[in-house]
Amino acid sequence: MVKKGIQRIYLIFIFLFLYLPIAVLIVLSFNDSKSRVSWGGFTFDWYIRLFESRSIMNAFYTTIFITLTSAVIATILGTLAAIGIGAMRKKGKAVMLGATNIPLLNADIVTGISLMLLFVRFTRLGMSTVLLAHITFNIPYVILNVLPKLNGLSQNTYEAALDLGATPLYAFYKIVWPDIRPGVFSGFLMAMTMSLDDFSITYFTKGAGIHTLSTMIYTELRKGIKPEMYALSTILFLIALILLLLMNYRSREDQINERRT
Amino acid sequence: MRKLKRQLCAGPYIVWIIGFTVLPILMILYYAFTTPEHRFTLENVLSIAEPIHLKALLLSVRLALECTVLCLLLSYPLAMILNGLKIKRQSFIVFIFVLPMWMNFMLRILAWQMLLSNNGIINSILQALGFSGVSILNTPAAVVFGMVYDFLPFMILPIYNSLVRIRSDVIEAAKDLGASNMIVFFRIIVPLTMSGVISGVIMVFVPALTSFVISDLLGGGKVLLIGNVIEQSFMQGMNWNLGSGLSIVLMVFVIASMAFMNSHTKETEGTAVW
Repeated sequence: MVKKGIQRIYLIFIFLFLYLPIAVLIVLSFNDSKSRVSWGGFTFDWYIRLFESRSIMNAFYTTIFITLTSAVIATILGTLAAIGIGAMRKKGKAVMLGATNIPLLNADIVTGISLMLLFVRFTRLGMSTVLLAHITFNIPYVILNVLPKLNGLSQNTYEAALDLGATPLYAFYKIVWPDIRPGVFSGFLMAMTMSLDDFSITYFTKGAGIHTLSTMIYTELRKGIKPEMYALSTILFLIALILLLLMNYRSREDQINERRT
Repeated sequence: MRKLKRQLCAGPYIVWIIGFTVLPILMILYYAFTTPEHRFTLENVLSIAEPIHLKALLLSVRLALECTVLCLLLSYPLAMILNGLKIKRQSFIVFIFVLPMWMNFMLRILAWQMLLSNNGIINSILQALGFSGVSILNTPAAVVFGMVYDFLPFMILPIYNSLVRIRSDVIEAAKDLGASNMIVFFRIIVPLTMSGVISGVIMVFVPALTSFVISDLLGGGKVLLIGNVIEQSFMQGMNWNLGSGLSIVLMVFVIASMAFMNSHTKETEGTAVW
């Protein structure tokens, strides 16, 4: 009984540790005072002003564009790559996995700098360079999520389907896709999260005048964060919370349905 | 024949690796070993021995080690407790630890800055309870705190994943054969979660060693890490060759520590992070 109690307290402690700053930011987004330390009453002002601020909205659109586009492209390339790697022999597989681990394990700052040096040499830094960089560090997350789902079973069944006259695309859709779908999905989600939360790599590969939310916050750090930023992050956080809860709920229904059939 | 066709699916990715992983590394190597006049030099790499750089590197290593140890000490019991809850849906656990990342990490660190400040909430509570307040802001301890906060999920998730995978009949068998809880823990659970621990340690140690934003925010400009030195040489000093040279040193350091970790584990398979 005592053990249970200690465990509970420990869980609450960690939970507070993770979510306390988030609570602070949400509270600040409703604070009717520019000061970060005093409470000036409840207001929705920052939420209204947020949509009137062109610079913040621009950074927001850039962030969303980069996050979604890089996650989609990384998911397609990564899924294809995982299928290819899955069909390889041991040696090829090891080489490919080693190469996949490089951007994952290399320091963010080194990845960012090395990509910047490449981009500066061959083109100009801008939005597209940020996109290319994000795709580069997103692909490994997709591959590592999809690869474990490509088990031997689906490979053999896929071969059998081809022998029975299915076109590769049809066989893929009917046999391989249902197996790897959860992996592709969680890979996509991981890629989106990483892309949204990235600062270092964006910081080094972006051109002048282009801002994502992270780099904008970084430049604002010295003169003080605009409270509109808290409002925007609160909205983003709530959207993520709702989306993830919905997905959790949906997959639970899927499981129940599966059990029934 | 069919296998070959399927292997071709990896084609675009191979091109991508060559273009955006291998080529950038070659670029950074080129810059690291040349002067701005494109002559060969070892000066950039050797400048790590300069007292100011060496001090930054040693401080980075120390803080990264402290952060990794703290993360491990916090995560292992946590993963055990979470595993004990017997939640069927593991994705929910992942969800709890990934969700904070959807709020920008700099803002979250900034929130900690407010919480920890001398007249912040934490100190108010401590003083109300009769304790003396803490003033860790702008010290290396605050930087370690921020790192632990930011990187904790990367330690918890792999350990939790490897714990979930241990089949309960293995543990029951050991108990049936008379093993005590201590023996079960040290002879079965710890070895079977080693791969999770290793990937957790790597996923925490590397970003902690190389971060520059957290030390900027919580160190108040007083804590200079090797990441800060590199960032400044690119963005303020415009000395790209020096920055590349130091980056190479950092890369070698990361590779060496990973090789060290790997040589101390028998399992080469390793677990994916998620």
